[in-house]
Amino acid sequence: MKVERIEFSIVSPEMIKNMAAAKITKTELYDQEGYPIEGGLMDPRLGVIDPGVRCRTCGGSVGECYGHFGYLEATRPVIHVHYSKIIFALLKVFCRKCSKLLIDPKDMEKVKGRKLSFKELAALSRKKCPFCNTEEKKLKLIKPYTFVEGAETLTATVIRERFEKISDEDLNLVGLKSRPEWLILTLIPIPPVTVRPSITLETGERSEDDLTHKLVDIVRINDRLKENIDLGAPDFIIEDLWELLQYHVSTYFDNELTGVPPARHRSGRILKTLSQRLKTKEGRFRGNLAGKRVNFSARTVISPDSKIELDEVGVPEVIAKELTIPVKVNETNIETVKTFIMNGPEVWPGANYVIRPDGRRKKITVLTKEEIAKEIIPGYIVERHLKNNDIVMFNRQPSLHRMSLMGHRVRVMPGKTFRIHLSTTTPYNADFDGDEMNLHVPQTEEAKVEIENLMMVPMNIRSPRFSGPIIGAIRDHITGLYLLTKDDIKLTRPEYTQIVRAVDKNVELPDKESLTGKEVFSLFLPKDLSIEFKSNVGDVVIIENGKLTKGVIDKVAVGAESGKLLDKIEKVYGGEFTKKFIYNITRLAIEFLMKGGFSISISDQDLSDVARKEIKEVIEKIRREVDELNRQYMKGELKLLVGRSPKESLNHMVKTILRNGVNEAQKVLERHVKENPTLAMVKSGARGSLVNMTQTAALVGQEMVMGERIERGYYQRTFPHFKRGTVGLEATGFVSRGFKDGINPFEFFFDAINSRESLMDKSLKTRHSGYMERRLVGAMQDLKIEYDGTVRDSANRVIQFLPGEDGLDPSKVQKVGIDVRTIADKL
Amino acid sequence: MSEQSQTNSESGLPSRLVEEIEQVSREKKLSKEKKEKLIEEVKKVYQQSIFEPGEGIGIIAAQSISEPSTQMTMRTYHFAGTAGIKVTYGLPRLIEIFDAKKEPETPMMTIYLKKEFNNATEAAKLAEDVVEKKILNVTKRISLNLNENSIEFEVIDKRRIEAVSKAVREFLKNVNVKTKDDKVIVIPKIENVKELQTVKEKILDIHVGGIKDVKNAIVRKDGEDWIINTIGTNLKDVFIIKEVDEKRTYTNDIHETYTILGIEAARSVIIKEALKTMQEQALDIDTRYVILVSDMMTLSGEVNSIGRYGVAGAKTSILARAAFEETIKHLVRASIRNEVDNLQGIFENVMIGQVAPSGTGMFDLIVKADEEKE
Repeated sequence: MKVERIEFSIVSPEMIKNMAAAKITKTELYDQEGYPIEGGLMDPRLGVIDPGVRCRTCGGSVGECYGHFGYLEATRPVIHVHYSKIIFALLKVFCRKCSKLLIDPKDMEKVKGRKLSFKELAALSRKKCPFCNTEEKKLKLIKPYTFVEGAETLTATVIRERFEKISDEDLNLVGLKSRPEWLILTLIPIPPVTVRPSITLETGERSEDDLTHKLVDIVRINDRLKENIDLGAPDFIIEDLWELLQYHVSTYFDNELTGVPPARHRSGRILKTLSQRLKTKEGRFRGNLAGKRVNFSARTVISPDSKIELDEVGVPEVIAKELTIPVKVNETNIETVKTFIMNGPEVWPGANYVIRPDGRRKKITVLTKEEIAKEIIPGYIVERHLKNNDIVMFNRQPSLHRMSLMGHRVRVMPGKTFRIHLSTTTPYNADFDGDEMNLHVPQTEEAKVEIENLMMVPMNIRSPRFSGPIIGAIRDHITGLYLLTKDDIKLTRPEYTQIVRAVDKNVELPDKESLTGKEVFSLFLPKDLSIEFKSNVGDVVIIENGKLTKGVIDKVAVGAESGKLLDKIEKVYGGEFTKKFIYNITRLAIEFLMKGGFSISISDQDLSDVARKEIKEVIEKIRREVDELNRQYMKGELKLLVGRSPKESLNHMVKTILRNGVNEAQKVLERHVKENPTLAMVKSGARGSLVNMTQTAALVGQEMVMGERIERGYYQRTFPHFKRGTVGLEATGFVSRGFKDGINPFEFFFDAINSRESLMDKSLKTRHSGYMERRLVGAMQDLKIEYDGTVRDSANRVIQFLPGEDGLDPSKVQKVGIDVRTIADKL
Repeated sequence: MSEQSQTNSESGLPSRLVEEIEQVSREKKLSKEKKEKLIEEVKKVYQQSIFEPGEGIGIIAAQSISEPSTQMTMRTYHFAGTAGIKVTYGLPRLIEIFDAKKEPETPMMTIYLKKEFNNATEAAKLAEDVVEKKILNVTKRISLNLNENSIEFEVIDKRRIEAVSKAVREFLKNVNVKTKDDKVIVIPKIENVKELQTVKEKILDIHVGGIKDVKNAIVRKDGEDWIINTIGTNLKDVFIIKEVDEKRTYTNDIHETYTILGIEAARSVIIKEALKTMQEQALDIDTRYVILVSDMMTLSGEVNSIGRYGVAGAKTSILARAAFEETIKHLVRASIRNEVDNLQGIFENVMIGQVAPSGTGMFDLIVKADEEKE
């Protein structure tokens, strides 16, 4: 059965009465024995919340019976707060005496057949009724629910009477499909107890739901109002009570009304009433309907494993024994299934439950397993433990893009963490400093097939965002390959055999005494691959027919989010091959690095005396130039930039000098620094940059806050240690030393200011971009490609005739799109 | 839709590819059969590379744009190039574009000149002329004469005195304006001396020359062209100037582009500005997604924002709107209008636990009953 559509409308009193199972009349909830009172708010006819009890209306037990509505007869009608705006709009356009539309019959063409808004209708309305000549009075809505006409307050009864007289034709003209008197409540629907269950505390005391508390208030006041009317109490008392009833009914619907004090619990806590249940992120809509909690899922810390395949996930045995997959027993699998049952719930791979053909669920225990194994016949469903090569979904939050949830194959392992291949950290944006991830087990064959065919890691190597590989080598993988494929690397037969065999036992090895690093790498390349590109440092890299002949392999070749080689391999040989390829080269890199060891040292950043002198000169030069500018500024001789004040001009010019100066220092460093591990990382693009090296070895440079040099702090100076009005470099956040030499307290403080700013920036940014994502998704989630190739929304409107103006799916093509030239060359 | 988006009806290929095929076959001097074969091959590759029906392109677009935006800078201002104009950039600018803010935080124009005026002198002259002049900019020594309840000021350029006094007269009613040498004396009809100050402020703000809202202009050379970059935008008034090449002159104000050049132009500006912002931050995002967002924003013929008052608030599904923002408002409205939710979207179906008609949920398998019997 499928829900085709959902209609929204206003409930009529008849409907409230018809759907009700009980009429609520009593103010008490329970009698002296603690049983719910019939006619009270916990009436047993409204459903069951206690286990073991059967529903008085439908006979169902907890879980079977969803509960039934009741109703309360309001002694006097009350306004539904959320409808006060429309009530006000209606009052304005209908005559207060004859309840006819206040529009002159002459103006009728303007209204008929057109859907006018209430604002437009009100503009057309006459001050004097065209039918009965009654002078209309000025109306005012005092939010949230008081209506004033002239000097008089309109009671809900009066409004309701007026609305009752409105003819259906007039309503049609206004565009209202329900009777307007239904906007004013005479019957109040009482929600079933199942939506407001009471909890029994350990002490045996009952604690009621917020909604029940609110409803008790309503019933109580309603009762008192009735009593007072029956007793013939003075009008003002009745009016006060009526107003109080209105207050309670209003806060029952919405407890965050402006101008109304929120209803509170006895403890002073503000009650959560109907509107509050629906609203916000934790509310029914966003919290329970759009996102739901699920079974068959697990969550634990992740840790790396370089010997696991890219599309595998290491699952701890404890988790594998908890998560199950339903297997339908048939003739062919009955024997294997029996072994699972015989293993029981405690030995992996075992089974936890069997489901009999009649739907009854049976738990497998150490005691019952033999009996159940004998009982099993085709048609039973056995919930067996997770096994190797089962298909699961793996996810890390925040799920910012579709690669945050991918399909993996299970590999059950000892330990208590999920194990993943290092290259898959990029799409998940994971690291191992305590990150946790979630695992979901599909329970139906369809779900499993969809994951296998649409979500597996190899299918997600190419990102739809930029048409390039998002999975690739990272960090040490890149360093390793870079060092391996450098020109002078030679490996003897024992060396290369050991490395290559550790990666892949089936690779054919050439019969040679020694191999170059490039040759070793080429062993893993497809034999017909040819490609040429520029490496990270700008040299040419050539691969001809599966042989790396020139250049090094670095970030540009195989790096995640950039690898040109991976890009090509994915396009030509497909995701499955690329997966294997990435596995091979990352293993190769690690094996090679392990041969000789790899570590970096502070001494990598030692500079020769010549270099230090040159850098000193650069700093001196900066200082001289800035001093000169400052001098000119002080004297007022500074040549101003267009449209800038002297101060702005000075700052701009100084910043340029500083930027150029630091760049110059970087060039000096580049010229002098010797080949070393740190530089290998920088050059290969594995980690770190020349800027980092310059900051450690040479100088940190200018610390900036909000894009300006630091000038804040004390009056006209950054620290009390400086003279007022100092403009020198030291006083404005310039750090002329490197981290290795050490920076002085002032410099350290400036650096801290900068760090704090970027920290704040980061946390603000995540909020803003998170909200932007939500809005973008909210606006575009229903867009999809139709069978005719157009982009349409859920109302079937065409958004684009050809998606992206060329119809190409970015996750299927290379960045350049379709390369006609290469196709032509192949012909 | 723009021209390039049209598919070539003959081959079923986008015109961009058709052109490329033409070009390549011309270059390589391919024979007719060879060219035919090339077209066949390209077609094959094209068919393999197009979107599959059911693909949730909207969500992918939204994710592709926002996932890397966490890497963008928050610091709002940035000095563009050596010209040194302050510009909103990074994430705040991107949000501003998608919000379709009525006025960008840093409105800017790029004015191109017609061929015959495309030189340094004309550009410099125009840059000078274009900047708005207010009385504040053309006068010096403003004083309040408390005895006579009047305001006096000197005009820097004496030749302009008539224009200035005329402007004051036109702008402020109830004033008496006299000129004396290079001085303009304004006598407002007021009772309170305190009001004199406010009148003075008003006078200083009176527009006397140049183009309204243009606060600064800088001349720049870009390849062959002399360009004037301005802070503040006013396309309408700039287009009237005869030296200006109105075909290329451009503003970063989406709404201004919409009112003056129409919705198609606004669409292009959204695409161009969003791409520019992302390129500045070295973010790698496929252009197709930006185009989609822009199409979504301009679909109705007006510029709509991404968000509760724009595209997201105009969705047909009540449940989807209620789940997005302002839950109660949408539910109440739906009940008054007797609205119906046809459950065609994703959110709605997730909510009621059904398969959404998207992706693999777009189709059903139907077994012919009589065939099964056989």
